[in-house]
Amino acid sequence: MDSFQQTIFKLKRYWSDRGAIITEPYDVEVGAGTMAPETFLRVLGPKPYRVAYVQPSRRPADGRYGDNPNRLYKHQQLQVILKPSPADVLEQYLASLEAIGIDLKKHDIKFEEDNWESPTLGAWGVGWQVMLDGQEITQFTYFQQCGGIDLDLVPAEITYGLERLVQLLQNVDSVYKIEWTEGVKYAEVRHAEELQFSVYNFEMADVPRLWRLFGEHEAECKSLLAQYEKYEDKLRFPVLPTYDQVLKCSNLFNLLDARGAISVTERVAVIKRVRDLAVGTAKLWAAQQELVGQVPDLSPSGAGSRPALRTSPTQEPA
Amino acid sequence: MNFLLEIGTEEIPHWMIPSALAQLEKLDLFGATPKVDATPRRLVVRAEGLPDRTPDQEQLVKGPPISAGEKAALGFAKKQGVDLSAMQKAGDYYELRKKIQGRPVRDLLAESLPTSILGIQWPKTMYWGAKGSPRFIRPIRWIVALLGDEIIPFEIAGVKSGDTSRGHRILGKSQIKVDYGSVERELRANKVILGAAERRNKIETEAKSLGATLDPDLVETLTYITEYPAAIKGDFDPAYLQLPAEVLTTVMRHHQKYFAVETNPGVLAPHFVAVMNIPADPDGEVKKGNERVLKARFNDARFFWEVDQKKKLADRVEDLSHVTFQAKLGTYLEKTHRVVALVKELGGDENAQRAALLSKADLTTEMVKEFTDLQGIVGGLYAKAQGEPEAVSKAIYEHYKPLSMEDSIPSTTAGQILAIADKLDNLREFFRIDMVPTGSKDPFALRRAAQGIVKMLVEAKLPYPLKSLMDNDFMRERIQYYFREIQGFKYDEVNAVMASEIGALSNLEERLKWLARVRQTPDFEPLAASFKRINNILKQANFKPNEKIEIGLLEEGPERELYETYWQTSFETLAESISTLRPVVDRFFDKVMVNVPDEKLRANRLTLLHNLLLKFSTIADFSEIVTSGDQK
Repeated sequence: MDSFQQTIFKLKRYWSDRGAIITEPYDVEVGAGTMAPETFLRVLGPKPYRVAYVQPSRRPADGRYGDNPNRLYKHQQLQVILKPSPADVLEQYLASLEAIGIDLKKHDIKFEEDNWESPTLGAWGVGWQVMLDGQEITQFTYFQQCGGIDLDLVPAEITYGLERLVQLLQNVDSVYKIEWTEGVKYAEVRHAEELQFSVYNFEMADVPRLWRLFGEHEAECKSLLAQYEKYEDKLRFPVLPTYDQVLKCSNLFNLLDARGAISVTERVAVIKRVRDLAVGTAKLWAAQQELVGQVPDLSPSGAGSRPALRTSPTQEPA
Repeated sequence: MNFLLEIGTEEIPHWMIPSALAQLEKLDLFGATPKVDATPRRLVVRAEGLPDRTPDQEQLVKGPPISAGEKAALGFAKKQGVDLSAMQKAGDYYELRKKIQGRPVRDLLAESLPTSILGIQWPKTMYWGAKGSPRFIRPIRWIVALLGDEIIPFEIAGVKSGDTSRGHRILGKSQIKVDYGSVERELRANKVILGAAERRNKIETEAKSLGATLDPDLVETLTYITEYPAAIKGDFDPAYLQLPAEVLTTVMRHHQKYFAVETNPGVLAPHFVAVMNIPADPDGEVKKGNERVLKARFNDARFFWEVDQKKKLADRVEDLSHVTFQAKLGTYLEKTHRVVALVKELGGDENAQRAALLSKADLTTEMVKEFTDLQGIVGGLYAKAQGEPEAVSKAIYEHYKPLSMEDSIPSTTAGQILAIADKLDNLREFFRIDMVPTGSKDPFALRRAAQGIVKMLVEAKLPYPLKSLMDNDFMRERIQYYFREIQGFKYDEVNAVMASEIGALSNLEERLKWLARVRQTPDFEPLAASFKRINNILKQANFKPNEKIEIGLLEEGPERELYETYWQTSFETLAESISTLRPVVDRFFDKVMVNVPDEKLRANRLTLLHNLLLKFSTIADFSEIVTSGDQK
């Protein structure tokens, strides 16, 4: 039986072998792997890209003080972006399950319609939740729009819910019983975090201060957005730091929500404030990427503006 | 020649497949009848007896008049691409018998199929390549297109048509050469059952033999979510049976797509039946996995139940100020206050008012946040567990009923009043901000709400006159729909009773029943015709009725007789008086002239007719009834 981390290693290895860049988690709080810039920004523009990373994802309202065997404030997603989506993308995905030890001939796999939409990011896509013996183990999405922009090349997004997947592989009925590595359980690594963040998120986070922080990050983001047009050397313009401010706002919104601090009348308006920032940043990124495409690549690798992609072994009929 | 088309895709949402097949059934196959089939991964059309090529045809094209001269004729010939010599003279004109060569059907299909395939209407489409590339419901990955033994060549989104299909994702080969005769057999050998009827039958038979309580909607879903279905039985710890059956069933049916197993109707057994997309589970891995998932789900439900009991429904009402009803319409707390007031207005007793106050509180519970389909039901269960009177908990439990025209109405008066108040508030509020259903769009299910109100008013014989609730075209359409489509009255009967004062709908139903009955009697039609005549006379005279009929002005004989009959007819006997009235009216029109020169006399006669009409109009406007005289 593989441990939690062995399963992660195997999945990373699998996608690395298929030409994906393997990165470490983004270091700003996000609610889902989709929000990390490696997904949200990279899917924009005509540049092919393949990346895989584990992203710890924070959802303050989902915290259960470490009491609930299946619910977490923070869970780990293994996020894969394949842009453009290869014709055999589902076959590749299924083979990844075989690679982590699931004998698909002995299990029941179903693809059930599940479309994804994020109002705060102005993004949506269509796809499925992948069910293995009645358990949802993966979200599969063909992105259609991001930051309100129709995508030039439709990417496939594969999001493995690692805790659920490994719970199933290890046949344990609580996430806290997962063996992280030999002799170490999930609870040992993460239980204190679940408990303490639940206490903070639900009971102690200072609401007026959170609002002030939200305002500060929003102001910083807006100020940056406003400067782009007049900024001369566009390629130097800090679009990525601008996006960090969006993520800060999004996380603060989730925290305020968990604190029950957002009234009904405010709610829609606050979501719109975050979306405006996300859409604005997405537009700058797309504009900047067009410029990147026009200048020679001066980076040390000199590999050109497109990352060298290994072609994957195809399973398509000839 | 035989025709075979298979559009191979990634998994299509199950609920969209039947409508796609209905569209493919209309595919133009040169006179051949398409036979359609589908699994989640393929849409298949087969047909027999297609022609090789379309027949040659001759088309007659009329040319210019001969008198217009040779130049005109030359111009015409040039435009048609023929020599002048090909044209004939017919009378005063030139004409051209143009030969149109038939074409191979294979070529025609190669041209038309891509458009036909991409022209299938779906609720939501996607693209999967570059911006601007073709849209379909899910990516197209292979296409089989054969006419006889030959491939019909075309390409969609980079996929070339061919003769190679694919089997089951896990258990089948990824390349299978097929033709018209072999496709079903080849697919079966590769663990794909092409026919939905066969899959449905397999699911039903197997599930039933395992003790499942069949649910037609779920059977349909599973039919189109599998390529090779097989049922297995799983177990759960009987301790979970302490949770309400409604919760357990919802978890199994809606969240896990399992059939429940019952020992007796309404009594759950600690088992479930799951349908897999593989033929068997020899090692019990699938059973074990599904049991584990269900256990976690039931644990969640138990956890929600326990957490929810820490705060009573009554203490949750104020929390509804954090739950949006609709962005422009404020919170559920505001809605609750409105519904309580409405229930009072409708004469609801203490229990009904208490139920109204608590009715939306379950929206703040963990259970409803997780299982939204159970709103109302959970409220009812919690109210009962928290010691609310039976009348209160039952009213809450049933207040979303009827969910459809087939569903029953709430079983208690308190429940009916609450259900009407809740739906009426939705209607009034959304109409107030002009968010009304348009065409097929009805995001707030207002049609269903209105239809539910109509059904309750009629079936529970509730006394509220329509105008005290909501009287507008939208509501009237729902009433017409109900009496026509659900109760089966004729449209003119419904129009006739609705043209008079509507009042309480149960009374409307009485009048309709009466009308439908007397319509069969021989006196009815002539009388209805007379009423129509009266209507026309009044209309033509542009008549304003007098205060009352002056008896002194009535002529002895038929006029006087009509007056007497009118006078003696009371509302109670109205329905029975048809047969006495008819000859009297007939005689009146036979013998009495209405439009006499004497203005006073004329006005009096018109007033008599007007009053007669008015009396019957409390039942129906007979002039709306289609009589045999109207047919042409």
